[in-house]
Amino acid sequence: MSDTHSHSAAFVRTKEIPQQPAPSNAAGPVKWARDNLFATWPNALLTVASLYVIFLILTGTLPWIWNGVWNTTSLSECREVLQGTSAACFSVLTERWNQLIFGFTYPSEYYWRPTLAFVFMIVALAPVLFFDLPRKLLILTGLFPFVAYWLIWGGTILTPVAALGGFVVAYFIYARFVAQNFALGFFGGAAAALVFWWLSGFAVAALAPQTPLLTAIPSRDLGGFMLNMMLGITCVSLSIPLGIALALGRQSSMPLIKWVCVIFIEFVRGVPLITLLFVASVMLAYFFPPEATVDLFLRVVIMITMFSAAYIAEVIRGGLAALPKGQYEAADSLGLDYPQAMRLIILPQALKISIPGIVNIAVGLFKDTTLVSVISMFDMVGMIRGPILASTDWNGVYWELLGFAALLFFVVCYGISQYSQWLERRLATDHR
Amino acid sequence: MSTLSDPQQGSFRLSMLLNDSRYRSMTLQVIAALLLALALFYLYSNLAANLRAAGLNISFAFLGAPAGYDINQTLIDYNSQSTNLRAAVVGILNTLLVAFLACVTATVFGVFAGVLRLSNNWLVRKLMSFYVEIFRNIPVLIWIIIIFTIMTATMPGARAYLGEDPEKDLLLGMFAFTNRGVFIPAPIWNEGSMVVVAVFLASIAGVFAFRSYARKVLFDTGRLLPTGWPSVALLIVPTVLAFFVLGQPIGLDMPDPLGNRFNLTGGTQIGAPLIALWFALSIYTGAFIAENVRAGIQAVARGQTEAASALGLRPGRVMSLVVLPQALRVIIPPLISQYLNITKNSSLAIAVGYADITATLGGITLSTTGRAIECVLLLMGFYLIISLTISTGMNIYNNRMKLKER
Repeated sequence: MSDTHSHSAAFVRTKEIPQQPAPSNAAGPVKWARDNLFATWPNALLTVASLYVIFLILTGTLPWIWNGVWNTTSLSECREVLQGTSAACFSVLTERWNQLIFGFTYPSEYYWRPTLAFVFMIVALAPVLFFDLPRKLLILTGLFPFVAYWLIWGGTILTPVAALGGFVVAYFIYARFVAQNFALGFFGGAAAALVFWWLSGFAVAALAPQTPLLTAIPSRDLGGFMLNMMLGITCVSLSIPLGIALALGRQSSMPLIKWVCVIFIEFVRGVPLITLLFVASVMLAYFFPPEATVDLFLRVVIMITMFSAAYIAEVIRGGLAALPKGQYEAADSLGLDYPQAMRLIILPQALKISIPGIVNIAVGLFKDTTLVSVISMFDMVGMIRGPILASTDWNGVYWELLGFAALLFFVVCYGISQYSQWLERRLATDHR
Repeated sequence: MSTLSDPQQGSFRLSMLLNDSRYRSMTLQVIAALLLALALFYLYSNLAANLRAAGLNISFAFLGAPAGYDINQTLIDYNSQSTNLRAAVVGILNTLLVAFLACVTATVFGVFAGVLRLSNNWLVRKLMSFYVEIFRNIPVLIWIIIIFTIMTATMPGARAYLGEDPEKDLLLGMFAFTNRGVFIPAPIWNEGSMVVVAVFLASIAGVFAFRSYARKVLFDTGRLLPTGWPSVALLIVPTVLAFFVLGQPIGLDMPDPLGNRFNLTGGTQIGAPLIALWFALSIYTGAFIAENVRAGIQAVARGQTEAASALGLRPGRVMSLVVLPQALRVIIPPLISQYLNITKNSSLAIAVGYADITATLGGITLSTTGRAIECVLLLMGFYLIISLTISTGMNIYNNRMKLKER
């Protein structure tokens, strides 16, 4: 606190200078642009080239989209409105919206039924996707398949009720016996369900009213994006349990079971999905009893489920292999038997590791549902290539339709993969 | 004193089949085998009953019968009187052709996009992740149809190239892009052309021999022989010499706008279906490969790059000598399964009418002969053989490349 300095030095600053902003070329957008866009000469060239590409794409598409026509009833009318300017005829989307979503043979007065099922699906999926929601909501998820079946296909409500009843019976038997022995509970439950279904088959046939509450709609009338979603959701949810079973079977120490699983998985993974769809459309019917009529939708579901189960099995096998050996040994040393060890120790961890892989398979599978258009089912792509582009009204409207289909698939698939990344972060319990 | 005692010998009770771990797995397997046999027998008896009811039998004799349909793009001689077997072989070759082409271009796209996704340039990075996300998240079938539509709906007809004063000129006087496909020059193999080809193959072998010699010299004596320009010279000079010494035996058959009033003549036509399939599979799979490449490069620990720089290696050498060899170990296995995916996805050819094995054997032959079971089985067999071959190769490669640990 001496004041000698202020006398001996010519000038001493006594007040702190307020902090100055950084020079304009060392901070803010300019610095960011120099670092990230124009760091070196080649980099600057790349930036300019990219800007040019973006410019070309935007000037090519934006006016086309912006000037699009939304409310005409045919291509010729749309061309009249446009008067030779190049712009989109989005009116094909508005005019054929219902066909794109529901297919062209689903009765239009019943469109509310799949729509309602879709709303219910969102409610049912929510507790599966987001763990923070109350667990009671899972009851809705359990009810969803039966309600959705009834809404979309219609017919007597007794069929889905009987199906649900079988599961309920199986659950009670399982819960009763699982404490003694898992195998007893599992197979007992399965047997009870089969008996229940067999008996209720007679009951449904006897009790079903002549005119059910919801008119029955055959599977061949399903189509459009609805068909893609139904195939995707049904096959993914069926193939996860099957995939777990196959993965465990492949790891089994029993040679017979192991080799059956290996052959199944390698066979299915070795052939393209199209050949399996050919099997569904021309060959599978030969393997059912002659008097049974299994419709194409069910045959396709069977084959796609087998297909994705093989892939999911490989993902889960990766998860099982990634677990430290100590987990298996710890489970053994606690005296747990095989089903207990798997249920309580191994699978919860292995499935958690496998989630990103399973989601990848699910996204791939959802994209692959478009392949059913090759075996003349009218899913979204089938609708576009078949009834819509072949109609005299809209013959030649390629980009609007294909672009819409691409956009719809992009939104769904990108959404799922973003969700999976969020889930991965959410489930990460290791400390990094 | 031991509390453990051996199980008593000879006192086998029936309950031990389930409760004794020595017998339990045997019991379970016997049960499983019985169930499996029962299921297979059930399926087989259904099949037999259905076939009897439909008056069919399983027979592969149809393969020898004339196919009765034409194929527009073939690599070997084929006409509608050829057998179904030959049609299938045409299809197999077409499948292999498009799979090979798509593997090459998908790798190029993928490596390009994957490396650029790690660029310092923000805009390029964003553009490449845009490419990857767009192409990964839209079904490949839609891409195939979009590109096929671009080919057929926006390209001019062959007529635009015809006549003395055409609307459009051939690109470089060689290439014509029409709605039926692209016309390119076809090589003409005159006498002596095989010698040129042989010289070329020999010089490729020579390049490899020279490189391994240079490596040996480097390891033995520490002398670094130049390999860049000698390799190029070795590759080009003998072939060019042979070409001119033998009097230019290989010529080019150009697409000719004047030969015919209706279509281009001469040259080779690459059909629009092939181009659509090839290009769509390439960009679609390229997006997946880009992710593999990016993951592979990022998997190389940062310390490796820093250590290499500390040793005084220049950035190019850091990449080629340190980062890439380690990244390749991570990249190649998923890359090969992407190749497998390309081969399997090439079966979507049927959607645009490219005559691959699925379209010939599984499409037209199946519907004209009605031999559904036989055709589908043969089709699956073909794809299985390809897949198993590739995955066997991959396993061998993986075992060779695996990090040799203790």
